Formats: sequence, C-alpha cells, structure tokens
Amino acid sequence: MAILHTINKSPFHVSTMNSCLLICSNLDSVILIADGVLGAIHSSPLALKIEQLSASGTRFYALQSDAIARGVVEKLLPNISLASYADFVRLSVECNQIQSWF
Amino acid sequence: MLFSLVILSAPYSNQSSMTAFEFAKTLLSEGHKIHRIFFYSDGIHNATSLSAPPQDEINLPVEWQQLSIKENIDLVVCVAAALRRGLLNDEEAKRYAKPAVNLLDNFEISGLGQLLEAAVVSDRLITFGA
Amino acid sequence: MKKILFISRHAPYGNSYAREALDALLAASAYDQNLSLLFMDDGVFQLLPNQNPTFIHQKNMAASLQALELYGIENIYCLSSSLIERGLNQTDLILENIKLIDTITTNSLISQQDQLISF
Repeated sequence: MAILHTINKSPFHVSTMNSCLLICSNLDSVILIADGVLGAIHSSPLALKIEQLSASGTRFYALQSDAIARGVVEKLLPNISLASYADFVRLSVECNQIQSWF
Repeated sequence: MLFSLVILSAPYSNQSSMTAFEFAKTLLSEGHKIHRIFFYSDGIHNATSLSAPPQDEINLPVEWQQLSIKENIDLVVCVAAALRRGLLNDEEAKRYAKPAVNLLDNFEISGLGQLLEAAVVSDRLITFGA
Repeated sequence: MKKILFISRHAPYGNSYAREALDALLAASAYDQNLSLLFMDDGVFQLLPNQNPTFIHQKNMAASLQALELYGIENIYCLSSSLIERGLNQTDLILENIKLIDTITTNSLISQQDQLISF
C-alpha cells in the first residue's frame, strides 16, 4: 500500500472527499473517519467513484465507531470494510505516507 | 514504529482531536511509540487548564495530560498559535503582562521547529485537522 | 535528509490554515531537509495577485509567499485541475517558478515523500 488517505468530511457538505478520490491510486487505501463515514453510504454522491476505484484495487474503510455513532452501519456500500482503531493503526503502519483530508 | 501526531482542531467543537486521542491510545496499546504530539492552529485549545465540561462528558485536555504522564509523551504547543488564541504559560504571561496562566501541566510551549523535528525523527506523522 | 511535502488546500483569510501552513514551512526551512509545497483545491487562491486584506485586518498572503524564494524553497507545485475548476490560468499566479502537475503526478509526488504535513 502506498498512501493512506484519511477523510473526515461528508461529501454531501463539501468537496473534500471528491478531491481525495481524484488523487487516489489503485495502490492506496482510504479510511473514512468522523463525518467522512457518510461518504460511504449507498446514496453517497461518490458511490460510483468508490466502486470504480475499489474495482481497480483501492481499499476503502470506514471507522466502525463513527459509523455506529451515526447509525449508518446498515447503509454502507458493499466495498467498504468496517475498521477498528487497531485496524486504523495497522493501516498507518503498512502505508508509506498518510495524507489527511479535512 | 515511532509516530508523531499533529493536532489542528479544538476539543469539543470538532471530533478530530478526540479521534486523535483514541488513535494515540490505540497506537500505544498496539505496541508503537509516540515521539511527540504537536498542537498547532486551534489544536492548542487541547492544552487549556481551564476546561470544565459537565461531569458526564470527557475532559480531553486532562485526558491528554494523563496519557502523557502514564506513557511519557511529549505534548508540545506551538507558541505563535497559543499566544494568538490566549493560551499562556508563566513565562509568556509575564512577558505580555497578562493576568493569568492557563497552560495545563505536562504541556510545553515551543516553536514550529518541534513540528519539523517530529517529522524528521518519526517513522510516521499523522495530522488530525478540523 | 528527509523529503517532506507541505500540502496547502485552503483559501487564504477565511481560516488560518493557509497562513499556518506557510509559517510551518518557513520555520522548517531552517532545518536542511528536502522541502516541497503543493497547492491544491482552494489553496490555489493563495496564488492570486492583487490581494489586499487591509480592510479585513490580516497580513497579505501573496506578499508572504514571495518569501519562499528567499528561504530557498524551490519545489513548489500546483494541481492544474484545481486551477481549471476555479477558472484560473498559470499566468494569473504570483509565483513564477511553480510547477503545474496533474492528479497522477500529484499521487506520485506524494508517494515519493518521507512525510506529509497536511493543511
């Protein structure tokens, strides 16, 4: 894995996540945290982009405690894996760089 | 691995600093080490000695302090960001003739060089922004 | 020597990120590391000429960015699609030695770094 991207904004609110996905490569991983998990639901304006990137190899995660907090666990897109904080730490160790989008 | 964290957001008004705190705790429980936590921009508000949240809410400045004591972590607050926002240690309060000191113990006020040093020395640097 | 990329994504004046990114970068220049700066998204608005923040009581961001050269910061990049989205051209920008890069090159630039400092 090359870059770990973290996104904490909802794509319904600002274009932060859109900007991240434009830069993202098939080697990268994306973890959605805080309001960023809202970008991972079925109705996300970036659902198609997530599907395309996922098919190319990009791995997508949503921080579990944030998805649970917001009541969206059942609404998540199929290519999104729920991640614990331990998973978040593991991803940040496995990557080469961490780019935070906020 | 050796990590440093950069925190740019104030506690309470944004979830980011709490996310950072949970991340920091998990780093340690997973066996990693933290070189420095650098508080910049609105992140300096994590270092106040004056936070008094309701009893059933987390007092994040105190949580950072406790973590620092328990795990011997360097908590550094950027001096320029702190002064602008009214967070002062004893030295700065005297220098600017201000009526109070409000930097929480175990936090240290220093310059932006500490951010760069953290980037150079650490294996991983992660930013938590607002 | 480490490769450290500062990424500046916010417009000047509305919040303090643009200013704080620059302050951090200028402070870092004293430490003999391989520093780069990338402007993207609304960060490209920092590069507009004719800024005059007098009436909002702030320091001029464009004038401050001219210091980059004096501090020896030469690796300055700008994401071209961020300019296009905002109706800006390279000729509009205040820094002459800025390298325009596309999204793929941006990913590549980020992948070459030892650390990222994101604003």
